[in-house]
Amino acid sequence: MMSERRYPAPQPNAETRVFWDAAAEGVLKIKNCRSCFRAHYYPRAICPHCGSDQTEWVVSEGAGEIYSVSVMRRGEGAPFAVAYVTLDEGPAVLTNIVDCDPDSLAIGQRVRVAFKPSEEGAPPVPTFTPSGD
Amino acid sequence: MSLRNRAYIAGAFEHPTRLAPDKSTPQLHAECAAGALADAGLSLEDVDGYFCATDAPGFGPISMIDYLGLKVRHTDSTEMGGCTYIQHVAHAAEAIALGKCKVALITLAGRPRSENVMRFRPGAPESAFEQFTGLTNHTSYGMCAVRHMHEHGTTSEQLAWIKVAASHHAQHNEHAMLPKVVTVEEVLESPMIADPLHRLDCCVTTDGGGALVVVAPEIARSLKRPLVALRGAGEATKGPSGGLGLDLTTSAAARSGPAAFAEAGVKPSDIKYASIYDSFTITVLIQLEDLGFCAKGEGGKFVADGNLISGTGKLPFNTDGGGLCSNHPMFRGGITKVIEAVRQLRGEAHPAVQVPDCDLAVATGIGGSLGARHGAATVILERQ
Repeated sequence: MMSERRYPAPQPNAETRVFWDAAAEGVLKIKNCRSCFRAHYYPRAICPHCGSDQTEWVVSEGAGEIYSVSVMRRGEGAPFAVAYVTLDEGPAVLTNIVDCDPDSLAIGQRVRVAFKPSEEGAPPVPTFTPSGD
Repeated sequence: MSLRNRAYIAGAFEHPTRLAPDKSTPQLHAECAAGALADAGLSLEDVDGYFCATDAPGFGPISMIDYLGLKVRHTDSTEMGGCTYIQHVAHAAEAIALGKCKVALITLAGRPRSENVMRFRPGAPESAFEQFTGLTNHTSYGMCAVRHMHEHGTTSEQLAWIKVAASHHAQHNEHAMLPKVVTVEEVLESPMIADPLHRLDCCVTTDGGGALVVVAPEIARSLKRPLVALRGAGEATKGPSGGLGLDLTTSAAARSGPAAFAEAGVKPSDIKYASIYDSFTITVLIQLEDLGFCAKGEGGKFVADGNLISGTGKLPFNTDGGGLCSNHPMFRGGITKVIEAVRQLRGEAHPAVQVPDCDLAVATGIGGSLGARHGAATVILERQ
């Protein structure tokens, strides 16, 4: 198993506060564009696909599959897995895969979001864990 | 309008140090500037354009211009990570073509070994969403290698051949940090850093620096150095950009490379020598494909069996030993890529690695984080 890592507190701002408030409730939110109908992550006020300001917050199911993964073997908290997860809604998320044997992870593996606490009083961070489906 | 023959690299200098506990970083910049100007046969008084990146000490380029005692009419502190200095050559040529300066000085220096610094940039829009993952360049480039292996069957043995080739060159470089020739087995047996990258898949960390002097054609012709012209240039950036269609197997060099070849009017098969930024072995493999030296997915076969070794293989690369074995000053290898290409084109590389009749070379690089967001810069250089 991986040793438990300590996660730094994310710094919400006016553009991203909704995301972090939802994270505190265990909900993964992403942005959809009402102009080009495409989703994006990390969330922005202006759609990076088409430039429209008609973006809206939507709840992600928090499920997806590993696009690529690399296990860090050195330094504090090692070993830990850094991965891109492609959400079922489309966008890829840079994240950690947690609560598993890092050597068992593979491209295509199904995972689901698992928020991990950061610092006291700060929002948790969106990590993922194998979902077994 | 094309940049072809608009500017020439008249001076190139690589600082011989790899560990500089008794010097300051500005001092290293100054020593590199002096070295490159002496190489060109010019002096500080001749410089009317100055280029550095955002790692240079002080406020933009202003502190260093004052420190060096320059009087310039053009400055540029364009930042694109480690490949910046390849891009600076092209930007200097643009400025020269427009008459904004005639003698452009480009400097880089730093002491990451002596100061034990790792830089990060607070306030980036992605910080809150990515910093917690502990992503470093090791895992960033590692994820690219994992995906390349998954899609194309690339192997760790093939990646190791890139280090092996660099080490064959480094043995002839008296300043190389790792001058020992290594085998594929030794690369694979070195400790795993971030899967699938072993310690010997990674570049060195060094103190040091380098400088370049890019000049107008009439000045180049007035000097006593061989004529090394800029023939073409390209630059590009790439990132997840919202996360749709993520592709870690292709870099921004897939746009900077073809742009440079198009401007130069030459093909990859015309190139006699290639300087390819080698922060990690996978960085080289992906750029070789993206520049068109082989098809996407064929990079593993292309680099195997010593094909990058000067005198043995079809495409001699990084004949100074590169970042993998010789030097990666301030985590920024772009300047040494240009410097070794200039040595090859002048016929001034080490005799054991000098490419015969080397009249056309490419220098290309990746800056930033290949698996996250990065830039690429490519120049085609010609001996005239």
